[in-house]
Amino acid sequence: MSNQLFSPGHTACAGCGQSLAARLVIEASGSNTIVVNNTGCLEVFSTKYPETAWGVPWIHSLFENSAAVASGVEAALKYLGKKDNTNVIAQGGDGSTADIGLQALSGMLERGHDILYVCYDNEAYMNTGVQRSGLTPFDTNTTTSPAINSAAGNLRPKKPMPEIANAHGIAYVATASVGLIPDLQRKVKKAVSIKGPKYIQIHAPCPLGWRHASDASLQVAKLAIDTGLYPLIEFENGKLTAVRQIQPKPVEEYLKAQGRFKHLLDKPEEIKKIQAIADNNIEKYGLKASS
Amino acid sequence: MKEFIEGSLAVAEVVRLCKPGVISAYPITPQTHIVEELALMVSEGKLNSQFVNVESEHSAASVVLGAVATGVRAYTATSSQGLLYMSEVVFNIAGMRLPIIMTCANRAISAPINIWNDQQDSISLRDSGWIQLFAEDIQEVVDLHLIAYKLAEDKSVMLPVMVCMDGFILTHGIETVDMPTQEQVDKFLPPYKALYKLDTANPISMGLLGDPDYYTEARYAVQKTLEETLELIPKINADFAKVFGRNYNGLVEEYLVKDAEKVIVAMGSVCGTAKEVVDEARAKGKKVGLLKITSYRPFPAEAIYNSLKNVSKVAVLDRALSLGSYAPLSSEIKAVFCSKKKKPEIISNFIVGMGGRDITKDSIREVLRLLTTKEVTGEFIDLKPELLKESYE
Repeated sequence: MSNQLFSPGHTACAGCGQSLAARLVIEASGSNTIVVNNTGCLEVFSTKYPETAWGVPWIHSLFENSAAVASGVEAALKYLGKKDNTNVIAQGGDGSTADIGLQALSGMLERGHDILYVCYDNEAYMNTGVQRSGLTPFDTNTTTSPAINSAAGNLRPKKPMPEIANAHGIAYVATASVGLIPDLQRKVKKAVSIKGPKYIQIHAPCPLGWRHASDASLQVAKLAIDTGLYPLIEFENGKLTAVRQIQPKPVEEYLKAQGRFKHLLDKPEEIKKIQAIADNNIEKYGLKASS
Repeated sequence: MKEFIEGSLAVAEVVRLCKPGVISAYPITPQTHIVEELALMVSEGKLNSQFVNVESEHSAASVVLGAVATGVRAYTATSSQGLLYMSEVVFNIAGMRLPIIMTCANRAISAPINIWNDQQDSISLRDSGWIQLFAEDIQEVVDLHLIAYKLAEDKSVMLPVMVCMDGFILTHGIETVDMPTQEQVDKFLPPYKALYKLDTANPISMGLLGDPDYYTEARYAVQKTLEETLELIPKINADFAKVFGRNYNGLVEEYLVKDAEKVIVAMGSVCGTAKEVVDEARAKGKKVGLLKITSYRPFPAEAIYNSLKNVSKVAVLDRALSLGSYAPLSSEIKAVFCSKKKKPEIISNFIVGMGGRDITKDSIREVLRLLTTKEVTGEFIDLKPELLKESYE
């Protein structure tokens, strides 16, 4: 067995943003970490019996309960007097975080457990074949929000999960992206150094679901940051304390790089609506760098 | 020491003596007195345990799953809708071979919403891989919790146990109970040592994907373990008797069955009422007996066969339904005798006590009256035909 915390040789697709993000997270948190994983791509591709990619204690129970299972792990560690030197990470995809697992996550955040929750946000149910989730962006073409005839895809914007987590009054909330690796790892290290519940949401491209080349994942992730569509922000004790500033690029640059938005390229009125979402993010979080 | 004590408080006390490191529960009638008492014990410092107040039963079961996976003894309790709501986790716990103990305060299932007792909740999860033990009275409820921990944590078992107690009748009933002492419990139940656990010093992965090459064997292993547990349950009950002085067979209890011509088969608190009716019949010279099923899972088919093979007429009481088919307990009792040479002439089945309808001595007398040479199936006792005539028009 490898002594790496997250070994290669798993069965993720080429260019998978989630497998990269998961490795970056566990390497930043270190070997004194117990990981609780929701059902999803990451669980399936990293732990197909009799193999595992994980070099830390790792458990998977169900689709929606990692936050609750992690609460039990944390309570047990407290009982054993081992919590102070063990990090507990609960993690899942966007569907298991923002939709089916939101109740368990809210309970974990509200109860004050010393757990870092990581949401790997690839913006749809990729494990089951690209169905829309609560974190699928506006106008995205997915198998359950098909862009056919006059339909422009997903009808609703992303659920504001970082704001929802922040509303629980927890000590630390951040967004990150595989497009900015040092920033991602800094945020994970910061999160595990803080006691109490923490939430980090990581933008993680899925070449299969987003329909871009497998070697374009990092570029696509960077474009999401640079257009203002995926603002990188940090909340500490409820207050916005840091943002990644950008020289905003037009959203079209991000949209045209992915097949899931291809249907929009001849719909300028739809692109305007998406630009408005980016502009709102830029305004709301003060993303625009003074040049 | 003998105490006059409410069932729920007796359960809380025996759970305290078992020293669970993590307790998690979500309130539901009629389970609440158990978890309120445990929360109080933790707050008062009488019990060193992490009490996790969760936002749902799904999370309550998930919390104890995580705790036991980390190597710490855990406890939860629920009822009815709560059990159904956590059912996904219930199946998962057994498949992951985690020895969690849960009390189910048996209650009817909605609709109509009904907070009173029947056994539809536990019975609906009979296929989950949990050991299910049904108690007749509060003393047995207390004792079954001790047996449950010992059984679940046995290295040859490593499966969860659900202790089933009839809601209100046993949760809120008050009886004189011989409460165990800490010294006795410590003698009977050693501290929990996990076979496998989440430990940063020795990292393992738990809950892996089992594809078609492996899934069958994982499920087969649970099935085989449960079959083998049928031999372990009487042994653990014998160990129990040595420490606590109370003798249970653990699988079934025969009450005046040996020479009986008519035997009632039942589970739970109704057995107490049935015993009184049996005594009454015996006083009149009628050869009547009761076979109480304590272990519903694993199902003690051989013990049941041996108890009933020479009985002429059997009345199976079901407090749950399998809507659209034969009632659960009766269909399994009948299956025991399928293709057997020695068998009862008649196995009749009666539905009793649904949604808290009292099962009186008259109800049991009616069962015995209807237990004739004419076999009946799914016969509802104490049905009110006049209510069935009500119409929307």
